[in-house]
Amino acid sequence: MTPVIEIQDLSFRYNAAEPVLENVSLTVQRGQSGCIVGPNGGGKSTLLKLMLGLLSADSGTIKIFGTDPVNARKRIGYMPQYHQLDADFPASVLEVALMGRITANTLFTYRKHDRQAAMDALSEVGIADLAGRSFAGLSGGQRQRVLIARALAGAPDLLLLDEPTANIDPGAEEQFYATLDNLRKKMTVITVSHDLGFVKSETDLIICVNRQVNIHQAADFTAQTADEVYHHHVSMIKHDHSCFCHCHGGEK
Amino acid sequence: MNQLTELFTAPEWAFLRFAILTGIVLSPALGVVGTMVVTRRISSLAGASTHAALGGFGLALFLQRVCELTWFTPTLGAALGALTAALAVGLVSMYAKEREDTVIGAVWALGMSIGLLFLDRTPGYVDWQGYLFGNILLLNQTDLYLTAALDVLVLVPAVLFFPALLAVSFDDTFARLRGVPAGMIYLGMLSLTALTIVLLINLVGIMLVIALLTLPAAAAGIYTAHLKSMMGLTALFSAVFITAGLLLSCFLELPSGPAVVVLASIVYALSMFWKKYHKKRG
Repeated sequence: MTPVIEIQDLSFRYNAAEPVLENVSLTVQRGQSGCIVGPNGGGKSTLLKLMLGLLSADSGTIKIFGTDPVNARKRIGYMPQYHQLDADFPASVLEVALMGRITANTLFTYRKHDRQAAMDALSEVGIADLAGRSFAGLSGGQRQRVLIARALAGAPDLLLLDEPTANIDPGAEEQFYATLDNLRKKMTVITVSHDLGFVKSETDLIICVNRQVNIHQAADFTAQTADEVYHHHVSMIKHDHSCFCHCHGGEK
Repeated sequence: MNQLTELFTAPEWAFLRFAILTGIVLSPALGVVGTMVVTRRISSLAGASTHAALGGFGLALFLQRVCELTWFTPTLGAALGALTAALAVGLVSMYAKEREDTVIGAVWALGMSIGLLFLDRTPGYVDWQGYLFGNILLLNQTDLYLTAALDVLVLVPAVLFFPALLAVSFDDTFARLRGVPAGMIYLGMLSLTALTIVLLINLVGIMLVIALLTLPAAAAGIYTAHLKSMMGLTALFSAVFITAGLLLSCFLELPSGPAVVVLASIVYALSMFWKKYHKKRG
């Protein structure tokens, strides 16, 4: 079976600067999910952009569903970092979710089945009741969910989420993690986090990115491994089957 | 009251009625373009495009009078200048790694300088003040037809590609990932903005274009949270500001462009206070 993500010996640099990623190899099989972690500036978002075909590798290969990332885009749902978007933009929640259904041929307005798919995606992340509200009037956590719904609306097989927990409202974390766990049962979900985040099942991967990439099985991931990734002490809380890790200090 | 009815009937006020008509016809295009300028935050790009129009205007007058190229009208020249500047800055922001605001500042000053150099070498009287601050006496039948044509040029693609316009304005990277030609849509939008600017120059002048391009949309944005209704409300505000401002300028014997802009600014300021007040209460 073709892996969802297959990267071999990939290197990438911006202009002539130091390489951001070097000799990266990574395979994510169907049914697996992963969490990309690592320090700021370590190349996490760059790796995600390479998977989307927004950047192209200097050397090595990257295949998504066995094909070039650009050809695989229709099967990828993407949620960018939240702060890249205009929080005051005049659009309703449903309108934003519908953007996940747009194609080059969408003219005048969306069709009924597109609306249905967008509503389903909003239900999936638990905010169908907000469909008519304005995006600008929502809390940070609600907006985050809208953006996940937008990524889901296109019925992707691979979901790439850049910092999905960055703006979660305090107290809503558990619920949010439950939503992501649900999604992991249906598709491959790759999250990026500068926090170590949360990993549920034992098949899940922890993809540590700091110019080079190391892959750990979630089950084997210990506090010691985390320290190695971050070069400083990381506290770790075992919680149920998941492990939540929080990074203190952030400096080396 | 008598004075008001006179305004709408007396032949000596025909120029005013014509200016108001032109303004009202321009409003639908302003509704779409103004909303895009404000929501995509490209007002400084629009400013550069506006001032570069003076470069094209100067070139056209020079060519007309010195090289006797009579077909090269000032409006055509201004359109050329505004389009070139808008597309140049747009392409730079899309592909080059230059600082966008620096490029905008350079194009802004360069466009204006080219215009002033050509005007200096153009023989005969040039009403450059009319182009800087607007002169509604200069409006003619051709301007009205061009304005109507602009409406069609702006509204047809805006309605046809509305979902793409919304998606690209909100998040162009995401739209591109979904297969939407975001770059083409952005450049198309910049071109229509440049053409709207040229016709707006005839009405209020280069110095005040940016005010009419942003103030109605900024005020409309306070009352609505949907792009489509913001466009409609911006068009309505534009029509009201232009009509009321022109009437006011005639009653009080004030220059027309500044009267329109001051009126628009007052409504925008009051709208902001209204919003603050309502937020506190709500």
